Amino acid sequence: MYLVQFLLLSSVLFCIGVYGVLVRRNAVLVLMSIELILNAVNINFVAFGAYNRELGAAIPGEVFALFIIAVAAAEVGVGLAMVLTIYRNRKSIDIHEVDLLKG
Amino acid sequence: MTTVTLMTTALGAVVAQNVFFYMIAAIMVFAALRVVTSDNIVHAALYLVVVLAGVAAQFVLLGAEFLGVTQVLVYIGAVVVLFLFGIMLTRAKVGSEANLDHQNRWPAILTAVMLLLVMAYAVIDFAGDEEIEVINASPTSVQEVSDAIFSTYIVAFEAISVLLLAALIGAIVVARKE
Repeated sequence: MYLVQFLLLSSVLFCIGVYGVLVRRNAVLVLMSIELILNAVNINFVAFGAYNRELGAAIPGEVFALFIIAVAAAEVGVGLAMVLTIYRNRKSIDIHEVDLLKG
Repeated sequence: MTTVTLMTTALGAVVAQNVFFYMIAAIMVFAALRVVTSDNIVHAALYLVVVLAGVAAQFVLLGAEFLGVTQVLVYIGAVVVLFLFGIMLTRAKVGSEANLDHQNRWPAILTAVMLLLVMAYAVIDFAGDEEIEVINASPTSVQEVSDAIFSTYIVAFEAISVLLLAALIGAIVVARKE
């Protein structure tokens, strides 16, 4: 297997996630697109770790991916709590209606 | 085994790995496109499950078995259920729904395609023919991973446990009714 296969796959996933963040109006769908981006990064970490296996990089690559999974779980928890609060106060989670800080 | 049979076995393993990689990658890209284009929120969440399972399969293909299991446990088991709860509590429609997307999506498509072109050029230029050695490499064991976490990366591990506690309390405080 070539390293570039995995890097291209993760690039495609990352760009699909960026498109989702830019185009979606529902806040839950924006959070899902952020998950796509974080998973693309994880593929890169593990692929580079496997590529540099002789240098002992496989373990650090996996450990960093594990930490990213933990941070992503925390981010989803707090993000969905914020979405719920916005829904409770404004009866909508359209991110274009949340513009209180707009000057 | 003679050298010839060894070489044919190795070649067969490489071909099998490539076949599985491209099959899983095609499913993942299709499901990811459906996540960002589907007009039904519940379907988008279920397509996200397919993408996350594909990522777990790629981890196993790269010899990171523990990470693949963790991906299934944490993402498919917990994060997707959290998303479904979020969809339910914000009372999204169960069927398909209009205007989940912006009116004009061309700037977003342009941004994503340009970004993909730049990244693909950089990646191919940097790692055009670098091979990952998978034939003689054994998958990393859980023991090695846990040894690394609890010795070299112990400070990061403690920091992340404090972060998870803070996120837990923060989520409760933010979502609590007054």
